[in-house]
Amino acid sequence: MGIFDKFGKLAEARKALEKSGGEFFSVIIERVISPTEVIIKGRSMVLAGGNNYLGLTFHAECIRAACEAIQKEGTGTTGSRVANGTYSGHAALEQELSEFFGRRKTVIFSTGYIACMAMLSTLVGREEVILLDADCHASIYDGCRMGGADVIRFRHNDIQDLEKRLHRLEKRKTNVLIAVEGLYSMMGDRAPLADIAALKRRYGAYLLVDEAHSLGVLGQTGRGLAEEAGVEDSVDFIVGTFSKSLGAIGGFCTSNHPELDLIRYATRPYIFTASSSPSIIASTRMALKILRSQPELKHRLWNHANLLYQRLKDLGLSLGPAPSPIIAIFCENPLKTAEIWKGLLDHGIYVNMVLPPAAPEGRSLLRCSLSSLHTREQVEKIGDALASLKAKHPEEW
Amino acid sequence: MLSDRELFEQIIPILRPLATDGSEITAETDLVHDLSLDSLKIMEVMAEIEDRFDISVPLNIVSDIRTVRDVVLQIQKLLAEAE
Repeated sequence: MGIFDKFGKLAEARKALEKSGGEFFSVIIERVISPTEVIIKGRSMVLAGGNNYLGLTFHAECIRAACEAIQKEGTGTTGSRVANGTYSGHAALEQELSEFFGRRKTVIFSTGYIACMAMLSTLVGREEVILLDADCHASIYDGCRMGGADVIRFRHNDIQDLEKRLHRLEKRKTNVLIAVEGLYSMMGDRAPLADIAALKRRYGAYLLVDEAHSLGVLGQTGRGLAEEAGVEDSVDFIVGTFSKSLGAIGGFCTSNHPELDLIRYATRPYIFTASSSPSIIASTRMALKILRSQPELKHRLWNHANLLYQRLKDLGLSLGPAPSPIIAIFCENPLKTAEIWKGLLDHGIYVNMVLPPAAPEGRSLLRCSLSSLHTREQVEKIGDALASLKAKHPEEW
Repeated sequence: MLSDRELFEQIIPILRPLATDGSEITAETDLVHDLSLDSLKIMEVMAEIEDRFDISVPLNIVSDIRTVRDVVLQIQKLLAEAE
């Protein structure tokens, strides 16, 4: 038996998909025209499958800050945060995030994935328990797997199921961390955070919210779902990423627990990786300033989201439960999803194709995501393309 | 406390619909190889079992479960812990 034989089923699935959505496995963005337009196979595409919610990847001030940092500090730090990889910019960004979230401590990580890995694997240890929403991101699952805690899932956004499990755990008299997300990355739905926070308080648990997709998108000042739901005081740990609304790459955890700093010396994903490059830190700091000072970006994003969601709903498509900058469009099965995905590409629209097990409940979906920088015409074009495909293949949705 | 046999009999109605070829469910039935359950389906089965017995099955345990006998043993253990 060869070392790759165990991937036989994956190879079969890929072969089947190649027949319907052949280009899926060979998408290369040849040129980036703007945050919302790219060239793929020589053709211009509206980019509706990313996470560039505020469209800051090409913001002149972010680019200027990144270029200056490269000139001044070089292309990389070449070291861990606990060795030679903490520059003044890293410390400043942690301070600025603390101020933004109104919390005492912030730790930044090299990616959002690493932030979740670090926190979930280290914060909760042996004999302790993590209660996580079933639809949580792979980084949360992987962090749980890397650590020693007992990991128990509750049904997605199901308050009764969560309470049942908290009740069962009462006898153990141990630390329990509830992990949920602000906006769920595939369906674009929110956690019922006010109810979860109430349970957290009643049962004396800790609460961690991943605001990866809600930073800059939800809440009056863009702090995420905890702000929108008015329960920031009940959230012990907020984790997030710089790779979505902030247009770069990196992750963070912020908290009012003063002991958060101890994580730096305890968690392997922080210690054993190089710190973010100076240009990333500089553009992220600038993007955070813009996020704070230009709320109109968020308003524009939501106008697009509401417009497109309603349009697709009127078409009779099966969608995620509520309007959001992430719009999930459910399709009948993986092969038909691939066909529709290819049809959209032919119409000049790139969206994400999400197949089981990445999509919840074993379903297949097209993930359409919006940016503040989409034009009204681009949003209309996405709707027109889906209307045309729906008319052509009414049975495949 | 339920006996292994009683637990087994209560699990059968949850698993039987998954044996699409109609084959008999025994203690040795392998969830992955005999019932062709993928990880998502196994989690759904576990959720039904959790409801049925009023327990929470940690994910850490699920990866060790291969056969119906393993399911029975883990439920037995979790029920004992709950008492």
